[in-house]
Amino acid sequence: MSNDDALVRFVDIQKSYDGESLVVKSLNLDVANGEFLTMLGPSGSGKTTCLMMLAGFEPATHGEIFYKGNPINRVPPHKRGIGMVFQNYALFPHMTVAENLAFPLQVRDMSKSEQEERVNRALDMVELGPLGDRRPAQLSGGQQQRVAVARSLVFDPDLVLMDEPLGALDKNLREKMQYEIKHIHENLGLTVVYVTHDQSEALTMSNRIAVFDDGIIQQCAPPEVLYEKPDNAFCANFIGENNRFLGKVIEDNGDTVKVDIDNNNAGAVVAKKVNVGGVGDRSTLSLRPERVTVNPEPGSLPNIFEGVAEELIYLGDHIRTRFTVLGHNDFIVKIPNSADHAHLQEGGTANIGWTAEDCRALDPSD
Amino acid sequence: MADAEAETELITTADGIPLKQALKKALWQRKKTALLLVSPLFLFVLITFLIPIFDMLTRSVDNSIAGEQFPSVVVEIQRWDLDSSEIPDETTFQALFKDFKAGAERKTISRLGRRLNYEMSGMSGLFRKTARKIKKLEAPEAATEVMIAIDKKWGKLDTWRLIKRESGNYTNSYYLAAIDAEKLSDGSLAMKAEDRQVYVALFWRTIRLSITITILTILLGYPIAYLLATLKTKTSNMLIILVLLPFWTSLLVRTSAWIALLQKEGVINDILVAIGVLNDDSRLAMIHNEAGTIIAMTHILLPFMILPLFSVMKTIPPSWVRAARSMGATPFTAFRRVYLPNTIAGIGAGGILVFILAIGYYITPALVGGTKGTLISNFIAYHVSTSLNWGLAAALGTILLLLVLALYILYDKVVGISNMKLG
Amino acid sequence: MNKLLKQTLLATVAAGVVATAQAETTMVIVSWGGAYTKSQQRAYHQPYMDANPGITIVNDDSASEGASKLRAQVEAGNVTWDLLDAEAPNAITLCDEGLVEEINFDKDLAPAPDGTPASVDFGKSLVSDCFIPQIAYSTTLGYRSDIFDVGPTKMADVFDLKKFPGKRALEKRPDPNLEWALIADGVDPKDVYKVLDTEEGIDRAFKKLDTIKDQVIWWTKGSQPMQLLADGEVAFGSGYNGRLFEAIEVDKQPIKMLWDAQAIQLDGWVVPKGAPHKEEVMKYLRFATDTQRLADQAKFISYGPLRASSAPMVGKHADLGIDMGPHMPTAPANMKGAIFYDFEWWADNKDDLAERFESWLAK
Repeated sequence: MSNDDALVRFVDIQKSYDGESLVVKSLNLDVANGEFLTMLGPSGSGKTTCLMMLAGFEPATHGEIFYKGNPINRVPPHKRGIGMVFQNYALFPHMTVAENLAFPLQVRDMSKSEQEERVNRALDMVELGPLGDRRPAQLSGGQQQRVAVARSLVFDPDLVLMDEPLGALDKNLREKMQYEIKHIHENLGLTVVYVTHDQSEALTMSNRIAVFDDGIIQQCAPPEVLYEKPDNAFCANFIGENNRFLGKVIEDNGDTVKVDIDNNNAGAVVAKKVNVGGVGDRSTLSLRPERVTVNPEPGSLPNIFEGVAEELIYLGDHIRTRFTVLGHNDFIVKIPNSADHAHLQEGGTANIGWTAEDCRALDPSD
Repeated sequence: MADAEAETELITTADGIPLKQALKKALWQRKKTALLLVSPLFLFVLITFLIPIFDMLTRSVDNSIAGEQFPSVVVEIQRWDLDSSEIPDETTFQALFKDFKAGAERKTISRLGRRLNYEMSGMSGLFRKTARKIKKLEAPEAATEVMIAIDKKWGKLDTWRLIKRESGNYTNSYYLAAIDAEKLSDGSLAMKAEDRQVYVALFWRTIRLSITITILTILLGYPIAYLLATLKTKTSNMLIILVLLPFWTSLLVRTSAWIALLQKEGVINDILVAIGVLNDDSRLAMIHNEAGTIIAMTHILLPFMILPLFSVMKTIPPSWVRAARSMGATPFTAFRRVYLPNTIAGIGAGGILVFILAIGYYITPALVGGTKGTLISNFIAYHVSTSLNWGLAAALGTILLLLVLALYILYDKVVGISNMKLG
Repeated sequence: MNKLLKQTLLATVAAGVVATAQAETTMVIVSWGGAYTKSQQRAYHQPYMDANPGITIVNDDSASEGASKLRAQVEAGNVTWDLLDAEAPNAITLCDEGLVEEINFDKDLAPAPDGTPASVDFGKSLVSDCFIPQIAYSTTLGYRSDIFDVGPTKMADVFDLKKFPGKRALEKRPDPNLEWALIADGVDPKDVYKVLDTEEGIDRAFKKLDTIKDQVIWWTKGSQPMQLLADGEVAFGSGYNGRLFEAIEVDKQPIKMLWDAQAIQLDGWVVPKGAPHKEEVMKYLRFATDTQRLADQAKFISYGPLRASSAPMVGKHADLGIDMGPHMPTAPANMKGAIFYDFEWWADNKDDLAERFESWLAK
């Protein structure tokens, strides 16, 4: 992606609230036109602050934000023309749904007829056509959420910011809304910057995910890359389920390394060299539970170890099994519920193995 | 339909008691507890609030003193016609002599004199004089002549018309006095002479000053409440203590402070003169007039505005204004269309609170208001504790009470009481 | 049991009861507060308590609302005051209304040292059957001595805003402001009440008061005009001559007395009907109104004792050592132009005029 496509550019942004510590340490990020970008991270990682700086509610301490190629640090929020959906919807309780939707049109001095037309179109878009006369308090959480989305779009902004918009909904509704927002994004050709701490939400909706931790973007990549090829131990751990081993590199073979696992003299693991130094350095190995093979053909995989099945949980489509392997008793394996899957028993032993490709040698995080 | 009804009636508890009855019984237990819990408060309110108000309403029309002091006269005077051109007959005068002598010996007759003096000046003196002289007299043959000899006023028609008019157990004359009206000797109603009118103007002044004070507390209190609501809890708690500080200082200390600040030779004038804003000759008069009352009462009542506003503003998340801004509203539009409408409840609550308190305040206006800054309550206090015309005080108090109720109802009609939030 | 023993026991018990009763007697005496109450404390209360260990005297400073509060107490059937210090007109009204006890002056009060009965010794000051006179005081004016090159000399000057600009502090009641207004308007002090007895006279007085109304700060407590004078808020302040004496001689404020048209009034005791300790109070009164005690009070405040026999005993101020004679309202130099307050007239007309005065104020 080239800079010319970027709708939003963060350049060397730093932010401090108290003058003593940085909440955002050095942010450089481009958001492409039409992209759905999610800022994902634990609370306090700086993702909401970045969103607020983009909306104009917080000034950047250092650096510049560009929108459509123009610096906007000194542009007040109401002149940025950016739509926004807030965490608790921020619907105005003293106005009806229709009045809420008409608000951004009224402040733009739009004609009454056009206001009405647009409000109706927005209500139809979120399937709330007949509820225009209700007050927000008379709506369910999901309906309020839709009104909030509709209100952020009714004045046709090119960019919409969403600050954990689904946080207050229950699981089912939340998943439904994720798809709806996704569809709206696609249908309208919007650019969305979306903030959440829910990794599955991020994976479902985004074109790209920027993973925040400690004021820094740890990795910014499409969901599948982030999941399958995490750059570092934080991303590997934060996105999806993950088995971790800590150890020391004892052999460097160019593409792969051999890592001696702590607490265990019996074995070393061969892993793909991703983000690790040379021989003698420490490394975190990351391995997804679904990439583990139970009872492989001996010799078919570079890493085969004996494990003890400690716990089996039947989850329908797969069986979640906890093994003790290489001295770690929290090694999770997802065994697919296929016709010929291995039948294990709690306390029984089995061989488990994985390829070097699936096991990524990353930075020694902890 | 009938079937369904029959079916519902059939529902009983396991031991056969109809369900409705069982439910009532179960709820009655709960009601009993609730009643028991509120009963001390109810008694308290009854004794300290409702009974005194009832007493006030009674006093404002009570005229039993006439029957007490003139037991025979009030009976005899029934025979006399108000329009008569002659004074009452000898029998009535005999009754007058008898009542008067008994009253003079009890030393209570001059109370009736005071009472009648409210209606016609000179009655107090007449009764006092008559009481002094009548003690030495024995029951005479011709009471009419004896009484007129004591004072010519006993021979005047106006005196007897007044006695006849005020011989009942109830009177409306206190209410007439409270609206600057009076009964003429022929019984018709008229407004008092211009230089004797006072209460109607005072009611208007009281309302006008109370509204001014209410508006001032809104203007001053709103930004402070906003500041408190947006600061960190720790800082805002500290500042709320400052807001409440006026309550912790005695009224006399505060009054002395105002006098020291506001008087001609006071701190504020001294500063204004020192920095050259004012000439030494044109010092501002800020106390012992309306300005003094407004300044002092705005200060006292400000917390009653700030606290309801604060508690309402505390519930307004910052995201509402942000949402408005993100949709293109200028800071002012966002305030006017989003923030302000959501604080109306607080403004209403604070406004009603401040207004009702202001309309009944009397200590502060008495101390710093001079004569131009006194309110109707000052006159109620004056009649309660100095002139002891409790009937008039009660009538004024009743009118004030009705006035507040009327404004309350008006507020309910315009804004709606349910929209009022005290916190 | 032996009869004698029984009697002794009974007597002991009775004595014990009496003793405790005596030890617990607390009399509430209502007076005017400030320097005046202090002078009573030093001249009457303290010596009496020293001589009678069983008695405690508590001062209540609400005499300015004494008549109305007493009425309220009687009406509520709960009299808590034992003795009330009252001005003569109020005492007359209270007596007429039967709210205070009648006094048998010769029986209840001590004769003069030479045996003259009290009723003769008090003479003309016995204006009511219930009123036990103490002192003559006057309401007069003080002015700031530092703001006028040539000070005011007569009542007309107080109403002359051109020659003597500045605020005036006057008492918030009709008397003696109406008298003063008439005198300032040219009425002879001797004729004041004759003029006031007519509707036109009252109108004339109010009209004269209208000319200075804007410049008046109305006071209700005796301490207020002294404070206003001391702060320089007012050029003139009316006040009780004792308070003015205190402000000038003790506090050394730049204030001077304007004795012209001083209104001489009487102040004394009344015993409320239903006073809780009537017997003890009557004993106290016999002591506190004798010749020596009345003369003693003049050592502490510049009010004139009302017993003829006390007058020659007035000496120097107890703390300042000033000869008190010239500071008494009754001193010949001060008496020129003085108004003798007409108690009867005010008792008859006070209600009417108070109401009219209040409406006039509120305009």
